[in-house]
Amino acid sequence: MNREGRGATAPTAGTAAQAPATFTGNRGLDLEEGLIFEIGRSEVTGVDIPEPPDFRARLGGLERKVAPDLPGLSEPEAMRHYVRLSRMNYGIDSGLFPLGSCTMKHNPRLNEKMARLAGFADIHPLQPVSTVQGALAVMTELSRYLLELTGMAAVALPPKAGAHGELCGMMAIKAAHLAADQGHRHVVVVPESAHGTNPATAASIGYEVRAIPARADGTVDVEAVKAALSPEVAALMLTNPNTCGLFEPDVVKIAAAVHEAGAYFYADGANFNAILGKVRIGDLGVDAMHINLHKTFSTPHGGGGPGAGPVVLSPALAPFAPVPCVVEHGGALTLVEDEGAAGAEAALGRMSAFHGQMGMFVRALAWMLSHGADGMRQASEDAVLSANYVRASLNDLMSVPFPDRPAMHEALFDDTWLAGTGISTLDVAKALIDEGYHPMTVYFPLVVHGAMLIEPTESESKASLDLFIATLRDLALAAKAGDTARFLGAPYYAPRRRLDETRAARAPVLRWLKSAPLGAAAE
Amino acid sequence: MRYLPLTADDRAEMMARIGIASVDALFADIPKDKREGELPDLPRAKGELEVERQLARLAAKNVPAGSVPFFVGAGAYRHHVPASVDHLIQRSEFLTSYTPYQPEIAQGTLQYLFEFQTQVAELTGMEVANASMYDGSTAAAEAVLMAHRVTRRRKAVLAGNLHPHYRATIETVSRYADDAVAALAPVPAGGEDLLSAIDESVSCIVVQSPDVFGNLVDLKPIAAKAHAAGALLIAVFTEVVSLGLVEPPGAQGADIVVGEGQSIGNALNFGGPYVGLFATRPKFIRQMPGRLAGETVDAEGRRGFVLTLSTREQHIRREKATSNICTNSGLCALAFTIHMSLLGRTGLTRLARLNHASACDLAERLAAVPGVEVLNATFFNEFTIRVPGKAADVIERLAQKGVLGGVPYSRLAPKAGLDDLILVAATETTTEDDRAAYAAALKEVLA
Repeated sequence: MNREGRGATAPTAGTAAQAPATFTGNRGLDLEEGLIFEIGRSEVTGVDIPEPPDFRARLGGLERKVAPDLPGLSEPEAMRHYVRLSRMNYGIDSGLFPLGSCTMKHNPRLNEKMARLAGFADIHPLQPVSTVQGALAVMTELSRYLLELTGMAAVALPPKAGAHGELCGMMAIKAAHLAADQGHRHVVVVPESAHGTNPATAASIGYEVRAIPARADGTVDVEAVKAALSPEVAALMLTNPNTCGLFEPDVVKIAAAVHEAGAYFYADGANFNAILGKVRIGDLGVDAMHINLHKTFSTPHGGGGPGAGPVVLSPALAPFAPVPCVVEHGGALTLVEDEGAAGAEAALGRMSAFHGQMGMFVRALAWMLSHGADGMRQASEDAVLSANYVRASLNDLMSVPFPDRPAMHEALFDDTWLAGTGISTLDVAKALIDEGYHPMTVYFPLVVHGAMLIEPTESESKASLDLFIATLRDLALAAKAGDTARFLGAPYYAPRRRLDETRAARAPVLRWLKSAPLGAAAE
Repeated sequence: MRYLPLTADDRAEMMARIGIASVDALFADIPKDKREGELPDLPRAKGELEVERQLARLAAKNVPAGSVPFFVGAGAYRHHVPASVDHLIQRSEFLTSYTPYQPEIAQGTLQYLFEFQTQVAELTGMEVANASMYDGSTAAAEAVLMAHRVTRRRKAVLAGNLHPHYRATIETVSRYADDAVAALAPVPAGGEDLLSAIDESVSCIVVQSPDVFGNLVDLKPIAAKAHAAGALLIAVFTEVVSLGLVEPPGAQGADIVVGEGQSIGNALNFGGPYVGLFATRPKFIRQMPGRLAGETVDAEGRRGFVLTLSTREQHIRREKATSNICTNSGLCALAFTIHMSLLGRTGLTRLARLNHASACDLAERLAAVPGVEVLNATFFNEFTIRVPGKAADVIERLAQKGVLGGVPYSRLAPKAGLDDLILVAATETTTEDDRAAYAAALKEVLA
């Protein structure tokens, strides 16, 4: 190694001086990066593809006249571009990601490796079923696990994400009502604390949404449910554990009231991570619940998908499950792909082109096999314990809207503790970014003011939780001491300062255009 | 358990802080008689080696496309994905991040979504595209719902040569939303009469090109007729590589373009996860479903990106949202964007030409097999053959000979009465030897 004859160096007073601006805009390892449209060139390609010999088109005169304006990157340029972009992102592997309701738990790399086995990744959904028996076995095994954990009668694997699962469950409910001559039921009851997808799903298939308020203790009142029920009600959609992070103590009575009124009970399974191996939702009277494999069963969120949203169904709804489904027939597994076919006589229909998110099924099954019954229960207990630990460690400085019940796997705070400081929930979130954390979920659920919903998951060590708690305590004390600069200007140390969302929405720039280069596009 | 960091001592200290003696106290709100005493009736925790063995055994029971001459398409296509794509999408900061709700620490995701939107718009010949849907079929269903919102009409016409599973996906959601669907009968050799199905009661006509049988469709007269009737043309594709060679729907007057993006960057994965592409005209932006990344500036004036126009979306708008979609196909969109960035215009054009040439060669070889008829006058990388007897039996016997020879149309549409048709796809992954092997095997099977 050539050390240029130089001895060891140590920082001096001069090297600790105020940081000057740089020529590139980079700050050491914090690197700026342009768009591919600014760095690529249309004659460059990073994929070597031969020109076919004797090319004769059979396109009937429908050839593309103007080639798409797509720049190419050589492989080294592409690597550098996307690696630099990745460094502007925060992931679970970067640090604690306490995003309430989203269950940002560790994503084991074994699961990635398994999903990439050629026997799973390189098989086509329409190959002969005799050539995909192992894939159908994965689907069957995943189903067995989901049914055992929920105590339900059937599971529909096709839905591609949580909201798609909600659609599946609600269509099954509508199909069941239609089959029973109850098509006049046109109202779905949804608590105000629900995820936005719940009312959006119900409305998308023509249901009128009737909202019911939460009780002062953050749970749903049986009497309020009863008051909202009528012969026009098709279903209740309820998240349990609910979005305030509480288990609904009256869930069994609520289910009974719903059934008495001739309606079905749809449960939003977003918070299933709190109750794995602790209670089976089938024992609570639930008729349908989607399960976000990308939450509870750790398939990676991938910056917003792909997810997977299998739906478990009660005996009453099981006949209406969508196609395709896997059935065993004469010792071999096969797919029922056509609605109305044997085994799917009452199927609600088809929800997408193929069989569901196979890549996610493999990952989720790998997670379940790894944890086993004992590890899954332990995971839920650790997730719930960690959330309560965070809450108990902060409740003297931050306000807990519903202190009378134990939290489940997430701890909810409101912004009462910020009163008079001039600092908002959003400001606290942005200050957490400067401390190296992804913020908690903010302003959700809507039923408490300035909500901060913290879900640490089971993946954090106690040391990690303790540092996070200490950080929030320090921020709370700073807020109360009037150190507003630390909050109002935050984040200071992220790849970007606060972004102008109003401007983005007022004059939307949704794509790069040659005529509006760097900087000018948004003017 | 290797994924759980808390020790028994940690748990005890944490319980002490909370003031409980047992973790069961935290589950007190679960009705006592409903709590699970015993563990679920499932196996106990396993080490990595054991799990790997168990899943590898199941994987080994499948026949991977790469291990045989392979010609299966019909909505999912086997293409070569550069090694760098899969490496990059496994970067922790991409793989383990969330939907970019905190834009200051999600510029990586937001910028690639902006690049993705631009690429999709360029490919389809449209002005704007969203940040992805689940897949092509659900994107098509969302397009129909959007057309109903735009036109305030509630009847969709579906071309007979639309992929039957896309048709079924649209029909399902329409049935439960009480919207009308008129699905035409398939015309395998192409040349469907779509114009007479369009009138002023129609919200949209959904046309696939290349269609499910592989035929290319001239969309221009359909667009003209639709627009004259106040209806929208929704153009669908299942093979995005075709857009490297075929006139894009945007240049033919389509109002909404949707399709499957799996071919670029994404493996077959037995049907998912895939990536739905959705593009439209600027005047319809506020009726679009799904997420949109947009450009803006930060507090220091530096360019940055955010999710925008979210007042269309479920988390703001609830029951008045344009769609219930939340999680979409972020990482699959990233794979698409990286692969497309590597290809660029030059690579994509070559890839498309190679696909077309591969299919042309195969069509000639199969047409020479006695008893086989190629139906198509035009096609891109997939075409339809008519065989004597039942197509499903032919495919099964080809599989026994180690050739995965395509998809019997009867598998997609058992009630259509078209039991002698096979959809056959060839891509750049198909070798000359593969194509020769197919022709030879088919000759033997039909002899």
